[in-house]
Amino acid sequence: MAVSQLFGSRAGARALTPSQEMLRTAAGAGVLTILLASLIIGVETVSSTGQLDFVTRYKEVFIAGIGVFCASLVVSHMRAGKPVVGVIGGGGLALLLFVILMAQDESGRLAWLLPFKSPIVNWSVLLIPAAICARGVSLMVSAGMAAAGRTAPSVRAGAVVERILPWVGIVLIVLALALPWLPLGERTQAKKIIDICTIVLTYIMLGWGLNVVVGLAGLLDLGYVAFYAVGAYTYAMLSVYYDWSFWVCLPLAGLFAALFGVALGFPVLRLRGDYLAIVTLGFGEMVRIILVNWKPVTGGPAGINKIPRASFFGLPMERNIPEGVVGFSEYFGLVFNPNHRVIFLYYLVLLAALTVNFFTLRVRKLPLGRAWEALREDETACRALGINPTNTKLTAFAVGAMFAGFAGSFFAARNGFIDPQSFVFLESAVILAIVVLGGLGSQVGIVLAALVLIGVPELFRELSNYRMLAFGIGMVLIMIWRPGGLMAHRDPTIRLHGAAGGETR
Amino acid sequence: MSSDVVTFTQQLINGLTLGSVYGLIAIGYTMVYGIIGMINFAHGDIYMIGAFHSLIAILVLGFFGITWVPLALVFVLVFAVGLTALYGWAVERIAYRPLRGSSRLAPLISAIGMSILLQNFVLLAQGARGKPLPHVTEDQFGKVPLFSGDGITAQITHEQIMIILVTIALMIGFTLAIKRTSLGRQQRACEQDMKMAALVGVNIDRTIALTFIMGAALACIAGLMVTLYYGFIDFYIGFVAGIKAFSAAVVGGIGSLPGAMLGGLLIGFIEVFFSGYVSVDYKDVAAFGVLVLVLIFRPTGLLGRPEIEKV
Repeated sequence: MAVSQLFGSRAGARALTPSQEMLRTAAGAGVLTILLASLIIGVETVSSTGQLDFVTRYKEVFIAGIGVFCASLVVSHMRAGKPVVGVIGGGGLALLLFVILMAQDESGRLAWLLPFKSPIVNWSVLLIPAAICARGVSLMVSAGMAAAGRTAPSVRAGAVVERILPWVGIVLIVLALALPWLPLGERTQAKKIIDICTIVLTYIMLGWGLNVVVGLAGLLDLGYVAFYAVGAYTYAMLSVYYDWSFWVCLPLAGLFAALFGVALGFPVLRLRGDYLAIVTLGFGEMVRIILVNWKPVTGGPAGINKIPRASFFGLPMERNIPEGVVGFSEYFGLVFNPNHRVIFLYYLVLLAALTVNFFTLRVRKLPLGRAWEALREDETACRALGINPTNTKLTAFAVGAMFAGFAGSFFAARNGFIDPQSFVFLESAVILAIVVLGGLGSQVGIVLAALVLIGVPELFRELSNYRMLAFGIGMVLIMIWRPGGLMAHRDPTIRLHGAAGGETR
Repeated sequence: MSSDVVTFTQQLINGLTLGSVYGLIAIGYTMVYGIIGMINFAHGDIYMIGAFHSLIAILVLGFFGITWVPLALVFVLVFAVGLTALYGWAVERIAYRPLRGSSRLAPLISAIGMSILLQNFVLLAQGARGKPLPHVTEDQFGKVPLFSGDGITAQITHEQIMIILVTIALMIGFTLAIKRTSLGRQQRACEQDMKMAALVGVNIDRTIALTFIMGAALACIAGLMVTLYYGFIDFYIGFVAGIKAFSAAVVGGIGSLPGAMLGGLLIGFIEVFFSGYVSVDYKDVAAFGVLVLVLIFRPTGLLGRPEIEKV
């Protein structure tokens, strides 16, 4: 469990009995929580009539401290081979909190246990003992299984996952293709779901693009969002200022982003590792600052509005189309349905993402792809073998940037407006997180990571700030539990002597 | 004296102040990078938390009637710096220590996650609106006019004097600590070869934890000084200051303490002079442009040691 990893036992100077050790660790964790929370949570600053004032929230701080103390105690017992404690303690507390929450009695005798003002925080507090209880149950089940001489379900599940892995990709593609035809409920709800899937697909595409740079070529790029921005603004400006069609702008957006990648990459690609990371981060910020300040061209902080949507081979799909132009629904003799446009865009992005995927899988078998991977493993050896590192890195940069450019123009076409706020560093971090959490170099892993990181929070958009908090916690926890990513695959595509590895997806 | 000289001197003083703050934050980046080779992305947010701790401590002290600046500052330093150092320790313990020895990217992602977490934690706990510094301390700070010409006066505020003096003192103290004390020797040993250091009896975990604590304490002092100097903070100040300070550490040569200070001053001067003489809007572009230029011509930074490639 994470909590015990966090506050795990230290090698004490004196020999302590295990229970003393546990108590000490738990007390330390509790006191630490109280101290950490003491000023930031304990004292809330309130601006009243220009002057800053404060109110105290000490109940919350102490509840948090006691909670962490108990959790740490229970978890260390669980780790010491007594999952019963976790099941009873966690389950009991979860049940108690559940009753309090359901009763909604603010003045009740037990209401002091949950003093947090926001119901979201109260309900998430409930999750912690519940998770401890669930972990205890799973530990007990596997212990029981082991005693009965059978393999634990977690081990068997691992074997099953290993076997079905090659099929996951195919199943996901079939699901993605069939999605608009599945019963998704009412029209507005279906629209929302398909829209979220479009967003997720855009991020999958970005993830696959960045994977070429980070996963295959091993170049840490923290400013990837700059290319995404270039693609989005290229489409937006060409279509709004010059009235060019989406289909003309799409390749141009990719081309411009790739050119940008080359121009950016050229001076900095001889830098290594983390230096490259900070320079790309700087470039990403520079692009954003230019977008904010170059008002006559980019529209400044307000961005660009009324970006035309993608048309179906020249047939517009909006409700209000000018006189004399045949719309999509009219042409095919369908009843107008605003969902058509959403579904069409969804399929477009799906097609583009699959193209990117196909390209990546194929290019890994070409000399170029091999050179990328070789460069990632050992640059000095590559030089010795006559691979030009600069050119090879530049192609990786350009290809990755091109994919981001495509994704950017889809983003602009989906949103209808863009502003620099969509291209902040956080976006780069999110895309990088998708690639790393997916397991560097794993195409299926990136899909799963994008579903977890984008799809799930997108469903809870109303919770805005709590969503980002949970996002940060999730990033840390996934990394601690699975440092290699959800699906760790960093093997080179080929190895000498046919050692373990071979073809990976 | 002509007004050009006066303006120039004023910019010089402002640049020195800003550069000192960047330098103090940059030391945290450079020490951590030197020892465990990771970009501690959450360091900028530790600085932000330090600023919030200082602001809240000043507020609470004002409530208890302690408004005499020297005494208040001592109290704030003890409380805010102590608590912020705890944050530094906790972040390392929670997010980085379990990942030591895994791939290079895993701690980076964990650090970015930590940064998002801390930012939103403060946003939720303290609200999105910027916080002005309470007026209690304001009247006790004054300005020292240096010289004037053509109706403009170059002046240095007491806050600026304090920032510059504190930075110089801390720099001297830290350089001595790294050179002379046993902790400093342990840190340098870890920097050179962690496995070997462990073999000769250096407690690696303790050394790394102390490095984070020291970095966080310095970041908190920077946060306190910024709170006093600008009198206004919000939950987002950590990000921009963080990437600029990291750029400063890289410009100066990562792993080198004087380098961090030099880089901080350089970035501070460029930012101030660029906004003074060219354009305020593009000052960050200029700062990052210098970063790129320095790295192109000196890939290991101004004072960094050239990397020896081992095959």
